[in-house]
Parts: sequence; structure tokens; C-alpha cells
Amino acid sequence: MTEQAAQALPESNGAAILEASNISKIFGGLVAVNDVSFTVPERGIVSLIGPNGAGKTTFFNCMTGLYRPSTGRVVFNGRDITAKRPDIVTRAGVARTFQNIKLFRTMTSIENVQVGMHSQLRSRLTGMVFHTPFNRREEKQSYEAARELLRFVGLRRHNELAMNLSYGDQRRLEIARALASDPQLLLLDEPTAGMNPQESEELRKLMESLRSERGISVLLIEHDMRVVMNVSDRITVLDHGEKIAEGSPQEVRTNPRVVEAYLGSQA
Amino acid sequence: MSTAVATVRSNATSLRRLLPDWAWAVVFLALAILYPYILDVLIASPDDLLDASISTLGYIIMALGLNIVVGFAGLLDLGYVAFYAIGAFVIGWLGSQQFPDVNGGKGIHILTPAKSAFGSDLPGIHINFFFVIFIAAAFTAIWGVILGAPTLRLRGDYLAIVTLAFGEIVPRIFENSTSGIFGIGHTDFSNGRQGITPIDKINFPWSDTAFKYPLELKPVYYVGLAMVLLVIFFNRRLRDSRMGRAWIAVREDEVAAAAMGVNLVRTKLWAYALGAALGGFAGAFLATYTNTVNVDQFEFGFSVFILSMVIIGGMGNIWGVILGAIALSMMNRYGLKQLNGVPEKFGLDFDVTSINFGIFGFFLLVTMVLRPEGILPSRRRKLELHEAEIEGDVIAREEMSQLYDVRHEQ
Repeated sequence: MTEQAAQALPESNGAAILEASNISKIFGGLVAVNDVSFTVPERGIVSLIGPNGAGKTTFFNCMTGLYRPSTGRVVFNGRDITAKRPDIVTRAGVARTFQNIKLFRTMTSIENVQVGMHSQLRSRLTGMVFHTPFNRREEKQSYEAARELLRFVGLRRHNELAMNLSYGDQRRLEIARALASDPQLLLLDEPTAGMNPQESEELRKLMESLRSERGISVLLIEHDMRVVMNVSDRITVLDHGEKIAEGSPQEVRTNPRVVEAYLGSQA
Repeated sequence: MSTAVATVRSNATSLRRLLPDWAWAVVFLALAILYPYILDVLIASPDDLLDASISTLGYIIMALGLNIVVGFAGLLDLGYVAFYAIGAFVIGWLGSQQFPDVNGGKGIHILTPAKSAFGSDLPGIHINFFFVIFIAAAFTAIWGVILGAPTLRLRGDYLAIVTLAFGEIVPRIFENSTSGIFGIGHTDFSNGRQGITPIDKINFPWSDTAFKYPLELKPVYYVGLAMVLLVIFFNRRLRDSRMGRAWIAVREDEVAAAAMGVNLVRTKLWAYALGAALGGFAGAFLATYTNTVNVDQFEFGFSVFILSMVIIGGMGNIWGVILGAIALSMMNRYGLKQLNGVPEKFGLDFDVTSINFGIFGFFLLVTMVLRPEGILPSRRRKLELHEAEIEGDVIAREEMSQLYDVRHEQ
């Protein structure tokens, strides 16, 4: 415990890389996210938890440009990315995975990762048609880089179609694809859903190596409390679209409002 | 039934394995090159068949163009005929006597014969065919972007309906452009319902002699064949590029593609532009070959015709689409004519060629029932259509692995 705290603290004391202030999202009469402010420190691993329907994924979507927040501002690395198009947000350095896996199912693992690199590649139409030396070099490099990323996440079947991969491997591939855009912040939406305990443990290690080896911050939505409590520097709890608690895993675990939200007031 | 299909398939595979892929390419290329001479040997009067084949070359290019939009990027376009029209009108403007007053009635000639066959001056703009096809492609690409831009937020049925409308609007605009276009100016751009005719014959930039089709068909066949080969090369390179991957990604999951940094607007507009460019490219060729640019050619049925080639052949697969184009076009231009006497023998009084769309509809239906992925499907499309079966498989495997893990932990 003390050893872990000593490791985590110096890494998460950096300035905020992502700062979301007063985010609200209203669908018709439904307030899905209500005035939530939130920061992710540089090289931090931060979790967002809450019961089903608490607005976690909506909050994610507001930050990655899939939804336009009704109010509020998102600043990433000093740059305002509020309501910017998803591809611009990705280009700015925020990559994500999806709760219900959204791979390109009929493409191979490598091709999936190469699509993730799309914004990094520079080939133009003439290059693609005439296979200029630049284009050829770039294609080769992206192929090699894709294999490297797949090895990093521990996926061995590089030429298998995404749809034929096992559930855990699909989750891994999604992470590799997100990493391909060379992000500074990775948003993982329930990455361990459907994984067995051993796979969850591997994923936890992977998240830590992302931070230590690549300096990437992670924002995590997760239901598996073992993972959340073990990996997070800080945890934010949402319920009915509102932030009800925030703090270290220990603080959150003992917070009465959190216990109430999860177990009901009778508990 | 299914065993028969399996036998055919394994036979086809072993036939294909007989030679490496490049050798097959050489074989087909040689066949395509020798084709007019083969016809000479085999048939007493080959001109009908060769004439149909030349039109087919044009249709192949269009089907390959539509395949970029529909097959690669997954954007259903029911108005592809608009691009045929635009390409045809470009050669109508740049390769005929449509504008007799330019250059003080003397006309503009760029690497084309300045005198007619009878020695008189040729007024109007006359630019060499080999330049015009690229001008037509570029101009049509621009219109691909203009027509594509308003549809970017639409998907599926809605997209199909809007593109269908464009396919209807464009020919009507040309039809009514007899006194200026969009009501601007007084120049006659289209000759109304009469259409623009004659269109300049093809001539090589280094020669003053124009081709003599429809009397002599072989040279124009080779020009068409060269265009098709160029387009195949272009399509293959695009398919395997970063853009090709982005198209497939957009087709599979727009949201995920955008979240991976793919600019949806740009990616879709490129698909529209390049697909349209090939429509214009082929449109210019067909216009000079048929010697006329007439609004009657640009009807809705044509869009459906090209789309059927793509679907029956195998959406997304270049070779499948070519096969589909050859099958449908040859049947339309040649095959059905051969059957014209048949209904009479059964005491029926109708023309087989006049029910061609009924026959294509039937084939489309049969394809959809027996082989929805087309004759030669792309590997990906086939997987998409049969995903349900395969998915069940994965789940079963997944459950087994979980069972295994439970046992393992105990």
C-alpha cells in the first residue's frame, strides 16, 4: 500500500492535461450530465464510476466531440476542444475506446490499427496512386508500427479479422487502435466488461505500463471495483448525472453517498 | 444444392490455383487484346458484338466508379447518371460545333483536324479527345463534391433518395439550358431535346486523321480498353491505400472512424469526387462513341442499370464489378437481341429487348436470394452479409473459453 502510494504520487502531481468545467448535457427534458467539473492530471490514471445510467458515457462523449455539451468547456493541453469534431479531438491527442466494442469488423487487426494512424499519415492522392517512395515508406512504417502496437497490447493474431477475435482480444485491439493516434490521453469506456479476472489483471498492468512507458494519462470508466481501486490515483463518482464524490480510492470507498448510490439508502 | 455449390466453388478455386495471379492477369489481358481478332475468326459478322463490347468498356468504367462510392465507402448513390450526363456534356461542349461563334466563327482547334472530311472549316471548340476525357473527369469530380456535400449528414435510404433526385435534376437542367444556364446568359448549352450531335471522333494528338467508327471499330475498342486498364490500376491502388482503409472504416462504423481521427467529410467527398470522375471519364468516351449527347440517354433507369452491375458482380470487389458490368451490358446490348424471335414461337407478340429491365430485375432478385454478396464478392462484403452465422461461432468459442477458465481456477 505505502509502496504503491509512493509510486503513484510523484506521477500524478503534474498539471492538468484535461480540464472539463461545468459540463451539462440535456436531451430534451432529461438532464444526463449536470454541471460536472473534472480534471485529469498529467500522467494520471483517473476513474469515473457510478451506477448504470449515471451519465458516465454521455460525459465521455461530450469530451470526445461525439456530443456537443449543452453548457461547459473542455480544455485539453491548454487548447479549447469544446464541441470540436471527433477527428479534431483525436488529432489534438485524445483517443478513446467504446463501451460496446466498435471495431472495423471485416478488417484485420493490423488494418484496424492502421486506420487509427490515419491522422498521422501524410500520403496524398498522387502518392497513393503512383506509389511514390514517400508513400511506400509510410505504408511500410505504419505496418511495422501497427505490429509493434499489437505486440504491446499482447495481441498475437495480427492478420485475423477483428470479428473473429475473442472478446478480450477485441478489447485489446480497441486499445491498440486508440494508441495508434499517438494520444496523450486515453479514454477507456468499460474496458474489462466481459473479461475474466485474469484478463482484467493483464489490462490493469497494461494501463500502468501506458503511463510508465509512454507517459499517457488514462481516464477510465469501469464497473470492476478491483480494477478501479487498484489502478486509480483518483476516482470521481457520478449519480443521476451529478458528481457526488471525488477523491482517492480510500476516500471514495468510505463515502456514505457513494455507498448509498450503489447499494440504496437501506444499506 | 449446397453440395453442388461447394463442388463448383472448390473446382473454381483449384482452377485459380493452376496459375499464379500475375499469370492470370496476363492471360486475361491477352484475351482482351486479341478479342476483336478472335471475333473475326469465330463469327461471320462480328461488328454487332464488337459494338456492344465497346459500349461495355464504357459501362465497366462507370461501374468501377460507382463501386468506389457504393462498394468502398458504402454510400448508396441512385443518381450516378448525373455524372454520365456531365461528362458527356463536357465533350459535347469541347468537341463539337455546339458553340459556332467562338473565335469569330473560325473555331478553336487543339490537336484536332481543323477541316471537316469535306474540306470545309469547322467552327466550335475542338479539343483532342485524350485531353477532353481528363477535363471531363476533373469537371465531373468537382460536381461530385458539389452534389455530395449536401448529402454528407444523410445515411441509407435518405441518402439514396437525395441522390436519386440529383440524378433527375441534372439532366433536366441540361435539357433547359438552351438559353443560358441557370437563366444566366443566352448561350445554348445543350440543344434541348435534340441534343448535341455530331461529336468529334477520337484522333491521336500526333495525327490529323480521326478514327472511322462506326465503320472501323477496332481502334476505338483499344482506346476503350486502355481507359479500362487505367481505371483498374487507379482503383486497385486506391483500395489498398490509406484512403481505401478510411473508406472501409467509414462504411463499417462512422462513429468509430471519426473517433479514430478520420475526417468524415473529407473521406466521403473524396469518394464522391473520384467515383464521379470515373463517371465523367466514361461519359465522354460513350458520347463520342455514340456520336450524340442527348438528354434522353440520362434517365433514372441508367443509374439502376449501373448499380445492378455493381450488386450482381459483387460490391467492393473490382473483378466482380467488372464481371457484373460485362454480363449485364452484353446481355442488354447484344444477348437480348438474339432472343427477339423467341416470344413469337410461343404465339406471343412482344419484343424481348423492350422488357430488358424486367429481365434484369429478375436476375437481381435471383442474385439477392441465392448469393446476396454477388457473383464474385469482396472478402469483406461476404463477411458482412454472413456475419450472423460467424458471430454465433465466436460466441460459442467465447463461452467455451470461459468455461475453461472457471475449471482452471478451481
